[in-house]
Amino acid sequence: MLADRSVLAAPPFDDWNVVVSQARGQTVYFNAWGGSERINDYIDWVGDRVAAEYGITLAHVKLADTADAVARVLAEKAAGRTSGGSVDLIWINGENFAAMKAQSLLFGPFAEALPNDRWVDIIGKPATRVDFTVPVDGLEVPWGMAQIVFLYDTTRVGEPPRSMAALLAWADAHPGRFTYPAPPDFTGSTFLKQALYGLATNPAALQQPATDSSFAEIAAPLWPWLDRLHPLLWRGGTTFPANDQAQRQLLDDGEIDISLSFNPGEASSAIAQGLLPETVRTYVLDGGTIGNAHFVAIPFNANAKEGAMVVANFLLSPEAQLRKQDPAVWGDPTVLATDKLEPAERRKFATLPLGIATLSPADLGPALLEPHPSWMTRLEAEWRQRYAK
Amino acid sequence: MSGELSLAGVFIRLAGQELIAPLTMTVAPGEVATVMGPSGSGKSSLLAFICGTLDPAFAAGGSVRLSGLEISGLPPERRRIGILFQDDLLFPHMTVAENLAFGVPPGPAGRRARRARIDAALAEAGLAEFGDRDPETLSGGQRARVALLRTLLSEPQALLLDEPFGRLDIRLRTRFRQTVFAHARSRRLPTLLVTHDPEDAAAAGGPVVELTPADEDGDKAPGLSVIVPFRRRP
Amino acid sequence: MAAAVRQVTSAAAAGSHLWRRLDLLRACPALTLALFFAPVAAGLLGTALPAFGWLPVLGGTQLSLEPWQRLLLAPELPSALRLTLTSGFAASLTSVAIVIIFCAAAHGTRLFRAVERLLAPLLAIPHAAVALGLAFLLAPSGWLVRLLSPWATGWTTPPDLPTVQDPLGLALALGLVVKEAPYLLLMTIAAMAQVEVKESLAVARSLGYGPMTGWLKAVLPRVYPQIRLPIYAVLAYSLSVVDMALILAPATPPPLAVLLMRWFGEADLAMRFTAAAGAILQLLIVVAAIAAWRSAEAGFTRIGRAWIAAGRRGGNARTIRVAVGVVMVALLALASISLLANALWSIAATWRYPAVLPTEWSVTRWLREADDLGPLAWTTIALGAAATLCALALALGCLENERRHGLRVSDRGLWLIYAPLLVPQVSFLFGLEVMFVAVRLDGSWIGLVWSHLLFVLPYVFLSLADPFRSLDERYARSARCLGASPARVFWRIKLPMLRRPALVALAVGFAVSAGQYLPTLFAGAGRFSTLTTEAVGRAAGADRRVIGLYALVQAIVPLLPFALAVLLPARRAIAAAARPGR
Repeated sequence: MLADRSVLAAPPFDDWNVVVSQARGQTVYFNAWGGSERINDYIDWVGDRVAAEYGITLAHVKLADTADAVARVLAEKAAGRTSGGSVDLIWINGENFAAMKAQSLLFGPFAEALPNDRWVDIIGKPATRVDFTVPVDGLEVPWGMAQIVFLYDTTRVGEPPRSMAALLAWADAHPGRFTYPAPPDFTGSTFLKQALYGLATNPAALQQPATDSSFAEIAAPLWPWLDRLHPLLWRGGTTFPANDQAQRQLLDDGEIDISLSFNPGEASSAIAQGLLPETVRTYVLDGGTIGNAHFVAIPFNANAKEGAMVVANFLLSPEAQLRKQDPAVWGDPTVLATDKLEPAERRKFATLPLGIATLSPADLGPALLEPHPSWMTRLEAEWRQRYAK
Repeated sequence: MSGELSLAGVFIRLAGQELIAPLTMTVAPGEVATVMGPSGSGKSSLLAFICGTLDPAFAAGGSVRLSGLEISGLPPERRRIGILFQDDLLFPHMTVAENLAFGVPPGPAGRRARRARIDAALAEAGLAEFGDRDPETLSGGQRARVALLRTLLSEPQALLLDEPFGRLDIRLRTRFRQTVFAHARSRRLPTLLVTHDPEDAAAAGGPVVELTPADEDGDKAPGLSVIVPFRRRP
Repeated sequence: MAAAVRQVTSAAAAGSHLWRRLDLLRACPALTLALFFAPVAAGLLGTALPAFGWLPVLGGTQLSLEPWQRLLLAPELPSALRLTLTSGFAASLTSVAIVIIFCAAAHGTRLFRAVERLLAPLLAIPHAAVALGLAFLLAPSGWLVRLLSPWATGWTTPPDLPTVQDPLGLALALGLVVKEAPYLLLMTIAAMAQVEVKESLAVARSLGYGPMTGWLKAVLPRVYPQIRLPIYAVLAYSLSVVDMALILAPATPPPLAVLLMRWFGEADLAMRFTAAAGAILQLLIVVAAIAAWRSAEAGFTRIGRAWIAAGRRGGNARTIRVAVGVVMVALLALASISLLANALWSIAATWRYPAVLPTEWSVTRWLREADDLGPLAWTTIALGAAATLCALALALGCLENERRHGLRVSDRGLWLIYAPLLVPQVSFLFGLEVMFVAVRLDGSWIGLVWSHLLFVLPYVFLSLADPFRSLDERYARSARCLGASPARVFWRIKLPMLRRPALVALAVGFAVSAGQYLPTLFAGAGRFSTLTTEAVGRAAGADRRVIGLYALVQAIVPLLPFALAVLLPARRAIAAAARPGR
C-alpha cells in the first residue's frame, strides 16, 4: 500500500532554485480554516518567515469551511479559467482531497519533489502517502498528523470508558453527557468508523472496498449499538452538534462530559486559550484510534504556483514543523521522521514539552488506518436514513 | 408684456372616452374667464393640459397660444403659465421666503436684490415678518396668499386657477378672490378660472364656459356652452 | 415680440440640454435591468442546470431527474421542510402581528416614541450577533440558567433541556422576530408618515372609535399596501435564513437552507446536484409562501371589510396596549441583552458555568485585533457605501423615470430585481461566480460592488418605491409651472421631501451590504476582507470571546446610517407630503 519514493510522474520543475527565484515577489493566497487564533498566528509567522527568506507575500484567506474554496476552484474550472486562479494554496483533509483529485482540480504531482519531502516519515506515518486509502501521488503535501482522541473533564468523569461497550455503559450511567457531531461532519463520520472498528468482528475487512454484503455483515452490530446509545446522548439523540468545535464548546459549557477531537494537542491548546477548563484531559481507546494526516494542496489553476510550492516546502521544514508542534504555539503533531533529522533538531523535537492534556506518543499508541472511503459513504448514508429524520 | 391666451380645438380623451370636446376660446389680457362644470367633467385636466402637466394616460390635442406663440409643444417650465390649486402646496421643507424665492426667475440680480424683492412682496401682502416662518405655522388664509405671491413672483404670462378659493371660509374667500383678480387685472394676465361655484364666475366677470360631461351611457357627448360674457358691475 | 423671440431661442437651447439629460434618465430602468439580467440569469442557470444533472465540470453532461430523485429520497427532507415552514411562518406572522398591534395600540404614546428612538441600534446589530446573544441567554448553560443556578435550581451541571436548537424551531423563530419586528416597525413608521395618521385618527375618534380600533380600521388599510413588500422580504428571509439557523436551529435535521448549505459544502462533490435541486425547491417554497400570504391577504381583506362595516367601536384597549408594550420592550430587551452578552464576552478571559459574570477579564483581545480592525472596517464601509449609493441612484432614477415618462419597471423586471432575495445564496453565487470568472471580473472591486448591488438594490427599491410614488404630484406640477426644470424639481423638491425614506433605504442597504459573507468571498475571490468575512471565518472556531468582539464591531458600523435615518425628526416635510386631492 505504501508508495515508494519514486515519483509516479515527472515533477513540474527541474531546478528548485529556479522555482525559488520565480516565487520571489509573488503573493500566495493561502485558503485555510480561520477558526483558531493560534493557527492564525502560526500562519502569520509563516508569512513573516517566507517574506524574509523568499520574498513571498503570504495572504491568509480565513475560511469557515474548506468547501468555500473548493467551490471557487470548481466555478473557475467551469468558467474555463485554467490559470490565474484565485486560490493558490489550500488546507484540506482526506475527504476534500479524494474529491478534488477525482475531479482533476489539483496541481501536481509536485509534493515528493520538494526538497523538504525527504524528512517526511512515510514509514512510521503511512497516512502521509495514502490519504483515506487514496494514494496521494504527490498531489498534496502532508502538514500535520491527526489522531482521534477523546477529551473528558476529570472533575466530572472518574475513569473514562476505553471501549465502545464501556462507552455505552458509561452513557447509561450518565445520560445526556455524551454526544458526537452528526455525520457527514468529518469528526462525526470518523466516530462511526471508530465504533465500527470497536464493534466489528473482522476489522481487517475495512481496508477493502465495501460491498453490499460485506457492509451489511460488518456493520450489523453497529446499528443496534447506536439504537441503544442515542437515547442516552445529549438531547436524547434528537439533535447533534454541527462539528467538533461546537462540541468542544458544549464540553466547556459543562453540557457534556466527553468530547472528541482529531488533534491530540487540541485539548492543551484549548486550555491554554481558555477555551476549556484546566481539568480536561485526553485518552484513547484500547486498541487504538483512527489516525490520518492533514495536507496542503495547490489547485490546478493557481496563480502563484511557484510561491505556493515554496510555502509548502517551508511548511515541511523542521523549523516550521517544530514550531507547529510546540504546544505553546499550536501543538499539532509533526509529519517528519525525527530520526532522519540532524541531531540538534532531533533533540529539539525530543525536548518539546507535551501540552498539559496531551498524551505522549507512547500513550497515544499506533494509529488505526482509515477504512476505505466506500465504508464512510455507506456509513453516512445508512446513518442519515436511520437517525437524521 | 403679456398677450392673450387662446385655445383652439383643445380636446381631452381618456381611455377612448371624450372628456372635453374640442374647445376654442380666447382670454384677453387681464380678463378672467371661467370654466364651470360638475366634478369629473375634466376641468382640472384642461388646466393640466394648458400648463403642460397632463398625465400621459390622457390623450389630448389642440393648439394653445400665448401672446401669439404656440406653447403646446413646450415643456411646462418654459410656458410661463402660473397655476394655483385648491391646496396651497407650499413646499413643506422650505421656509416662506424660500418658497417665494423658488419661483423668482433667475437673473443678473444678486441674492440680496432677490431677497429684497421677496420682502417687498411680503410686505405688500401684509405678511412682512413671515419670511423665515415654517409654512405649517401659517393660517389657511396666509398660506393662500403666500401661494399667490409665489406664483406671481415667477412672472407668469397667464394664470390658471384650479378652484383656489374652495378651502377658505366665506369672508376669506371673497377677500382673496378680490386680491387674485386685482393682481390679474393689474398685470394684464389672461386668467382661466376653474370652479363649480357660480359666485366665483360672477365675480370674475369674464366669459364663462360650461362643461357638460358625457352621459353615463355615453349617449350625450360632452358639450360646452359659452355664455355670453357679461360685465361685472363696476 | 422681442420677448417672444427670446423665449423661442431659450426654449430651443433648453430643449437640447434637456434632451441630453433625458437620455441618461431614460436609460435608468434599462441600465438597472441590464445590471441584473446577466447575473440573475447566471445565478439561476447555475442553480437550475445542475438541478437537472447538467454540470460538465463535474461530469454531468446529461439532463436527468436523478438529482430530484435523490432529493425527494433524502431522509432529512421532511423534517427540514417542516422546520423551515414552522419557524419561517411563525416568525413572520409573529413579527407582523406584534408590529401592527403595537402601532395600533400604542401609537402616539411615550412608549412608542421611546421605541422609535431605540430602533436604530437594534437594526444595526447583525443577525448572527443577535442569534449568538440569544443562544447564550437561553442555552441550558446560558445566562438565564446561570442566574438561577445552582442556588435556586440545584443544577451544578447544566440540565439537558432543548431550550436552544429545539426541534420545533422556536428559538430560531424568536431570534428572527427580535430582528424582523424592528425592521417592520421602521418600515411601518415610514409608511405612516406618508398617510396622515393624525387626521384620520381624529376623525375615527370623533366618531366614537377607540384608539386601537380606530387605527386598525382607518389607518391600517392604507399603511399595509406600503409595507406589503417589506413583509414579503421578511417572509422570504425567515424561510431561507442560514446564519441564524446555524446557531439557533437544531443541527440534525436542520432547516432546509442549512441543509442545502451543508450539501453544497460536502467533500463529495456529487452532492451538488442534489443540493441544486434542493435550491430550486427552496425557491419554489419561498415563492409559494409569498403567494399563500397574498391570497390570505384577500381573505383578511374580506373579513376586515365586514369588521369595519359592522361598526363596532372597540374599547380603550388598555390591556392590549400594556401587553403589546411589554412584548415590544421584551424584544428590545432581548436584542440589547444579546449585544451586552457579546460585549461582555469580548472582554472576558474566563466565563464558565455557573458564573453570572466573567471570572477573569481581559482587554488583550481588543488590543490584538485593533490593528486588523481598521482596514477591515474601511473595506466594509467603502464597499457598503459604493453599493448602496449605486443602488440609491438606480432606484431613484427608475422611480423618477416612471413618473416622467411612464416607463414603469414591468412586473417581469421586478422579479428580476427581487430574484437575488428569493434564490438561496449559496447556489445563486455559484452560477454568478462562473459568470464573473468568465468575464474576468472576479477579484475586482467592480465585480465585488456589482455582486453586493444585487442584494442591496432590492431592499433599497422596496424602501423607496411606495414613499416615492405616494408623493403628491401637484408639488411637482406647481414647481414646474413656477419655471423649474424637471431636474430642478427632482433635486430641490422631491428628494428633500423624501429625505427620511431615502435615509432609511440607505441605512438598510448599507446594513445588508455590511453583512454579506458569501458574495464578498466569491466575487472578491478571497482578495477582499471585510468585517463579516473575518467574523465568519473566526467564528468557525466557536470562541465566544472573538465572536463577541466582532459582533460588537459589526454592530457599530451600520449604526451611524441607521441613527441618521431614525433619529432625524419626522420633519413636517414628510408629514405633509401626501395630502389628499387627486
